[in-house]
Amino acid sequence: MPSSILGKKLGMTQIFEEGGRVTPVTVIAAGPCIVVQLKTIAKDGYSAMQIGFEDVKEHRLTMPIKGHFAAHDVKPKRTLREIPIEPGETLAEGHEFSADIFVEGEKVAVTGISKGKGFAGVMKRYGWRGNKATHGASTSHRKPASGGGTDAARTFKGSGKPGHMGDAQITQQGLRIVRIDTEKNLLLVKGAVPGANGGLVMIKKFKR
Amino acid sequence: MHPLIQEIEKAQRKESVPDFGPGDTVRVHVKVVEGGKERIQVFEGTVLSRKEGMSRACFLVRKISNGYGVERTFLVHSPRIDKIEVTRRGLVRRAKLFYLRKKVGKAARIKEKRNF
Repeated sequence: MPSSILGKKLGMTQIFEEGGRVTPVTVIAAGPCIVVQLKTIAKDGYSAMQIGFEDVKEHRLTMPIKGHFAAHDVKPKRTLREIPIEPGETLAEGHEFSADIFVEGEKVAVTGISKGKGFAGVMKRYGWRGNKATHGASTSHRKPASGGGTDAARTFKGSGKPGHMGDAQITQQGLRIVRIDTEKNLLLVKGAVPGANGGLVMIKKFKR
Repeated sequence: MHPLIQEIEKAQRKESVPDFGPGDTVRVHVKVVEGGKERIQVFEGTVLSRKEGMSRACFLVRKISNGYGVERTFLVHSPRIDKIEVTRRGLVRRAKLFYLRKKVGKAARIKEKRNF
């Protein structure tokens, strides 16, 4: 069975678990995904599996992409991603799989693109404290203060500065699958998942 | 909210919940696990507020216990709530009765709603 699947973040809610405990969950519509292409060491120099997610109307695609789907004899898909092939795994092109590759209680890692925050200051971006609100402080309430020592005569790499925040790929590790709806292909994962509602996420088995 | 999430929330609601609102006096029967055993504990007080939201709906109950004001929030559809009894209907003019926190004794009374 594949170790990863593509999905769409639908949003968050909370559910009552056994014993009446309330658990915050993110609902993800995971799959169905289809194996579009198998990359082999002989042909491509590495081994991987290309999977497609979500149907798309054919006229929305460009000719090269259309040809790619036709060559592998699968229905056109909106999103293509590569995932590693697990040892001993034999799946043919065109094989379809969905949320039931996971089991309830299993831990997963969820990758998504975080919400963009624009050009953010150091207080929002790094959680720094900023400066005094009163006691004579002026124009420097939210500024980063010192950028480092003067002996070095330069700024060290990696020192915090204001800049673009968010809109980056983030993986949230070790989220527990609280519930699976195999009929509707829904995964209910405990906690928050990167990205906006409706965003594309990749769910992987958590190995550690 | 996504329709599929609405479905999940709908499925978790209780079939019947008594009709009550702010100002009402309720007896909330809560399941408590104590020493491995489960028993029912009753929390009786005035409903200060209700929050709607499918299966996430909750309400806040205030009572005076040994001279101290105690407030507790309950989820309406929680399986830990055995039942909710409404013992008195209050006649109030607002949805959130947080002003009661500053009132003591006679000032904290609520008129009873009577149906003629």
